[in-house]
Amino acid sequence: MLQGWVIVLTSFAYLGLLFAIAYYADRRADAGRSVIASPYIYSLSLGVYATAWTFYGSVGRAAADGVGFLPIYIGPTLMIALWWVVMRKIIRISKRNRITSLADFIASRYGKSALLGGLVTVIALVGILPYISLQLKAVSNSFSIVLQYPQIIMPASDATLPLLQDTAFWVALILAAFTILFGTRNLDAAEHHQGMVAAIAFESVVKLFAFLAVGAYITYGIYNGFGDVFERAAAVPKLSAMMTPLEGVAGGYASWMWLTILSMMAIMFLPRQFQVAVIENVDEKHLNKAIWLFPLYMIAINVFVLPIAFGGVMHFPSGSVDADTFVLTLPMVEKQELLVLLVFIGGLSAATGMVIVETIALSTMICNDLLMPILLRLKWLKLNERRDLTGLLLGIRRGAIVLMLLLGYVYFRLAGEAYALVSIGLISFAAVAQFAPAVFGGIFWKGGTRRGALWGLLAGFAVWFYTLLLPAIARSGWLPISLLEVGPFGIGLLNPQQLFGLTRLDHITHAMIWSMLANVSAYVCGSLWGEQSVSEHRQASLFVDVFKQAGEGEGARFWRGTASVPDLYRLLARFVGPAAAVAAIDGYTQSKGPRDPGEALQADAEFVHYVEIQLAGAIGAASARVMVASVVKEEALTLDDVREILDEASQVVVYSHRLEQKSRELEAATAELRIANERLTELDRLKDDFISTVTHELRTPLTSIRAFSEILLDDPEIELSQRSKFLGIITKEAERLSRLINQVLDLAKIESGAAEWEVSSIDMKELIADTAAGMSQLFTEKRIRVEVDLPSRVPAVTADFDRIVQVLLNLLSNATKFCNRDDAQIRIGLSEQGAYLRVGVFDNGPGISEGDQAAIFDKFRQGGDTLTGKPQGTGLGLHISRHIVERFGGKIWVESRPGQGACFYFTLPIAARPDQAPVAGAA
Amino acid sequence: MDKFEVKARRLVALCMLGVLLFNYPMLALFNVAATVFGIPVLYAYIFVSWSLLIAGMAYVIESKN
Repeated sequence: MLQGWVIVLTSFAYLGLLFAIAYYADRRADAGRSVIASPYIYSLSLGVYATAWTFYGSVGRAAADGVGFLPIYIGPTLMIALWWVVMRKIIRISKRNRITSLADFIASRYGKSALLGGLVTVIALVGILPYISLQLKAVSNSFSIVLQYPQIIMPASDATLPLLQDTAFWVALILAAFTILFGTRNLDAAEHHQGMVAAIAFESVVKLFAFLAVGAYITYGIYNGFGDVFERAAAVPKLSAMMTPLEGVAGGYASWMWLTILSMMAIMFLPRQFQVAVIENVDEKHLNKAIWLFPLYMIAINVFVLPIAFGGVMHFPSGSVDADTFVLTLPMVEKQELLVLLVFIGGLSAATGMVIVETIALSTMICNDLLMPILLRLKWLKLNERRDLTGLLLGIRRGAIVLMLLLGYVYFRLAGEAYALVSIGLISFAAVAQFAPAVFGGIFWKGGTRRGALWGLLAGFAVWFYTLLLPAIARSGWLPISLLEVGPFGIGLLNPQQLFGLTRLDHITHAMIWSMLANVSAYVCGSLWGEQSVSEHRQASLFVDVFKQAGEGEGARFWRGTASVPDLYRLLARFVGPAAAVAAIDGYTQSKGPRDPGEALQADAEFVHYVEIQLAGAIGAASARVMVASVVKEEALTLDDVREILDEASQVVVYSHRLEQKSRELEAATAELRIANERLTELDRLKDDFISTVTHELRTPLTSIRAFSEILLDDPEIELSQRSKFLGIITKEAERLSRLINQVLDLAKIESGAAEWEVSSIDMKELIADTAAGMSQLFTEKRIRVEVDLPSRVPAVTADFDRIVQVLLNLLSNATKFCNRDDAQIRIGLSEQGAYLRVGVFDNGPGISEGDQAAIFDKFRQGGDTLTGKPQGTGLGLHISRHIVERFGGKIWVESRPGQGACFYFTLPIAARPDQAPVAGAA
Repeated sequence: MDKFEVKARRLVALCMLGVLLFNYPMLALFNVAATVFGIPVLYAYIFVSWSLLIAGMAYVIESKN
């Protein structure tokens, strides 16, 4: 089924799907419902790091030296741990200043220098072209290999094929068309390509899935798992050395370390990584998840590399099959047609993802940082008089994309065969690593200057060119190979691969050591040499102190002059189009509120700065500066002015910090006051409740005393029996009244903590017996059967004797009141429960419903229906009892079911020395 | 010290730890011809410590305090 047309059709179907995803995401973004506003999409889009180089090349490298490919993924993991510090800052700076690319970032930091932006663009372009060509090579090679199925024939390496029959040429053209569709459909002021990001995230899923599928098939389908692959590989002499590869096979520890450092830089400064990580970032918070999700992605895509590599070497021992193609050729040997197709699509997705993002990022750089600054300076082009330049901007970008892919193709034709995939990729890595000193220095060191950055980049690039690119050219046969053997003009010390006699290192390590040495020292020396200009000083402080600044308006403080709003509007409209310009200016005026009509035509510093930032989003910081300067009248600031402004700013920061602190203190004090106030209000309410309840409770007996007294007073003729009955009621109510008043006083004392407690050691057994005996008269009168069940010996408890008697009396009198009229029973029990003594008083009355069981211990709460039934007590007894028991560390509760009586329990902790003999009576 | 600062310090420490783990002499200790569960010691060491490093980063980032 793997005929040519099937493969071509599948490839186009895949590209079509990608485009559909991008189109959908763009539509959603226009509707304000972005699909890429997710940390997961952001993390996946970072997966553009894994190109065809990872997909095919990792296996190739692993087949040659075992773990040697891993630093390329371990380095980024280490770097990402620092992203919280570094990347957060870069993203914040870029959003503030509408940075559109890495070149723009560096140019903007060092005083909006067009020269620096151009230099960065050139370095990136020269460094990345081989890398793009590598993707073309990967796609066209994999296509030709699959086409030969079921035979396995390596594609011809001679570059004599006619242009129109060369797959790579068509691949380049198709990718160019596709990238133009993706990246330059319209001009976005923020340089966001939401559709592209969605498609890239999808591609990351596809290539990971394809690689895991083929890896799992080879490891578990062809072999019996990891153990089996390694066991068999150990038996092959060529592979057994790779089990301990660091003894020289993988280039040793120095090589490992430098490769790690190199890829740490690459994950930051490859134009495509900068594009997805910084420019396309829609929310700084997405960084959180990406910091661990993206390393996870890298570890996942590397798990099966070694088994595939070893499997390949064992399958094709003759070496006739290029190790870079094992991912594809192994399933081909096994006649797994679907898997072969999947792998091909996976490789395609890895390559297209890289090419799309890389060329878009580079085309932005070429347009904004290389061509526009030049074009705007060429007076004879009369660009300043053109109304609308958006078409020109888009045209330049589209042209740049086509040009890059064609150049990539040319490189592929001329030099592509000399190197394995991994080596080409590493040359590009080393090129972009040259940006590290300028960027890291730029965001952490205010002293870094334009001169330093320029010197550093030039020195680093020159050494890179001499030690890596020149040998690559020589190996392709375009320069005499003697250059590498004996050095230029026979001078051995200048040998590009053994500079100054530094030998026994691999090329990359060698080049990295020299280029970084040159780059960093030139950067530092250049920065220390001479003064910063005004704009450098200003930009340095805006970049390094980005977290200390209030917002986008910060840069406006450095501008003094006069400008007119219509002029600025016309300027903006020329570069972003009239509609976008109107929208941008409306957005600004709305955020500022209505303006004084008199001021409407006069632009203030903030507005000028706003327009410049908007413009920078379209044409880069350097060009934006030039264009804005051309329509406004500026007062030149001196270095002293800038310093003064900065001092002012830092003082404002100090004041605002102090102010914040004060306001925090105030807030804390207010919160405390509020809590105190709430407590007071609550207490006040409780007091009111208490008083109203007490007076209510007092009024009931008083009313009946008064009523009966009045009857007696009014009617002296009343019968004697009636009279003594009334007097009996009066006495009883008076008793109740005084009992109530006593208890209220008692409670007030206890609650306020003024009660006196006489603590002594108590023998509970005796206390219960005495109390029951004291009440025996009452029990007999009411015909209540009382059972007292006491153990022979119990440990003593420590409490106030009289108070505990009060509790027990209270429970007993409650029991007396409520127990069954016909067959009254009360049981008193005492038992030892762990560290407590438990006293139980049981009655066979009506019981207490579950809802009331907790409430009866509250003030003035009684069981049953208090509205209709006549109150039987004061409602304070249990409440006071609870206070007393809890005072001595015990608990009081009731267990009851309606109709089955109630049992009140209270516990008291046993005294500290339980072995002590119980003390008789109270002390 | 605010939350960002605490996380920043921990992550920088993790990076340092990673630099130690994936360099001489730690790598040399595991660069021996032996296997664990059938996997060469060096490969097992790299993948396991790599995973643990990522787990550590995830923990620092996602932990609430």
